[in-house]
Amino acid sequence: MSKRRVVITGLGALTPVGLTVSETWESLLAGKSGIDYLTKFDTEPFSVKFGGVIKGFEVTDYISAKEAKKMDPFIHYGIAAGVQAIRDSGIEVTEENATRIGVSIGSGIGGIGSIENQHAIAQKSGPRRISPFFVPSAIINMISGNLSIMFGLKGPNMAIGTACATGTHSIGDAARMIEYGDVDMMVAGGAEYATTELGLGGFAAARALSTRNDNPQAASRPWDKDRDGFVLSDGAGAVMLEEYEHAKARGAKIYAEVLGFGMSGDAYHMTLPAKGGEGAARCMATALNNAKLDVSKINYINAHGTSTPAGDVCETMAVKSTFGEHAYNLAMSSTKSMTGHALGAAGAMEAVFTALAIKEQKLPPTINLENPEEGCDLDYVANEARDAKVDFALSNSFGFGGTNASLVLGKV
Amino acid sequence: MSSIEERVKKIVVEQLGVEEDQVTADASFVDDLGADSLDTVELVMALEEEFDCEIPDEEAEKIATLAQAKAYIEANLD
Repeated sequence: MSKRRVVITGLGALTPVGLTVSETWESLLAGKSGIDYLTKFDTEPFSVKFGGVIKGFEVTDYISAKEAKKMDPFIHYGIAAGVQAIRDSGIEVTEENATRIGVSIGSGIGGIGSIENQHAIAQKSGPRRISPFFVPSAIINMISGNLSIMFGLKGPNMAIGTACATGTHSIGDAARMIEYGDVDMMVAGGAEYATTELGLGGFAAARALSTRNDNPQAASRPWDKDRDGFVLSDGAGAVMLEEYEHAKARGAKIYAEVLGFGMSGDAYHMTLPAKGGEGAARCMATALNNAKLDVSKINYINAHGTSTPAGDVCETMAVKSTFGEHAYNLAMSSTKSMTGHALGAAGAMEAVFTALAIKEQKLPPTINLENPEEGCDLDYVANEARDAKVDFALSNSFGFGGTNASLVLGKV
Repeated sequence: MSSIEERVKKIVVEQLGVEEDQVTADASFVDDLGADSLDTVELVMALEEEFDCEIPDEEAEKIATLAQAKAYIEANLD
């Protein structure tokens, strides 16, 4: 039996540059940064005072205020992106198809803000004051749980937590459930809300974040000589994955096909990438092999590109070792230069952007790229979006723990 | 100062997200006002906070309506 084909028929995104997919995409093509000073708590004692937050979001556009107060914001964001993707796909959930539609929207960290708040309450007033909704508001799988309840989705219901690779793993893994025949449709993605005191303080303590406090919009500058760490962001991304014949039969609009998925482990270090991007290279090669595509076919890579000193160089080296001479023919950009790094949501947002690059035949830029780092000599779509022929594209995500994931998407 | 009934009603309205006129004396939090088991736990916690008291679990289980909440608080507060 030949492999069942999987296509993307719905998109959802909530990012520091937009509350919807179209608003976000417009901002990206305009090269707009979503980074600004954090105002939710006093950042005075923190070495980093900025991040990428979601601005102007009304949770009641998606769920009632009564339901919303039982959930951490990472769940609100995940639900918003999931609802957008479901609505965009135009599917109507019925008694007949409900068991053939599942959800897998993960998170890198989950409800860290709720953990902080409830711990403070327990310390101050005792354990009897811990909210009965604390656990279901903080655990990672509750986006999938709540979306399934809202829409009656009775297929597989799960959530992956692989740090900054979560979104990409979720989409690749869900696509395989469709390929394998478990289901016909999966809502897949990731969400994050970690711009909290512990989230910011923790990543700052790991020396992972940029400290460019005098100019936050210029802080995320992948491959630039003056980059000094990533920018912590919030948000969510989701896609509706669907079996190709199923999508065709109901006349669904198709953004792109999921052609390949690759995973690898670095087996090297908790937070640093393996030397020369060895793990990342194996990951991309595995995805291309799964897609049965020659490396020369890839036109665009949406990079992991977090703006860390080590990561950006390693990813460039990995692309060179995977693609050989073709590395200089393809374009690779980092949309994190504008959105910041939304951890478990990043890969899902970027799969959305990669699908749009294919659908719209446009490349979003890498902003703030003024003086490329030595050895970083690829076409990073510096500072300006442009039209381009994009038949096949790859999206990379790499996470703490040395976990890597790559998706290959193609034009249908 | 509002009456005990008014204070309890206000909490029920806030916690369960219902309209004030739905919260009649004998409307069941669960059957009539849509609360689930976690909602009722949180509701009792809010009552404890408002009236600065501790309601034991076995007593809390018996509080299923506005009238029962009012009766418990009247009987147990100074």
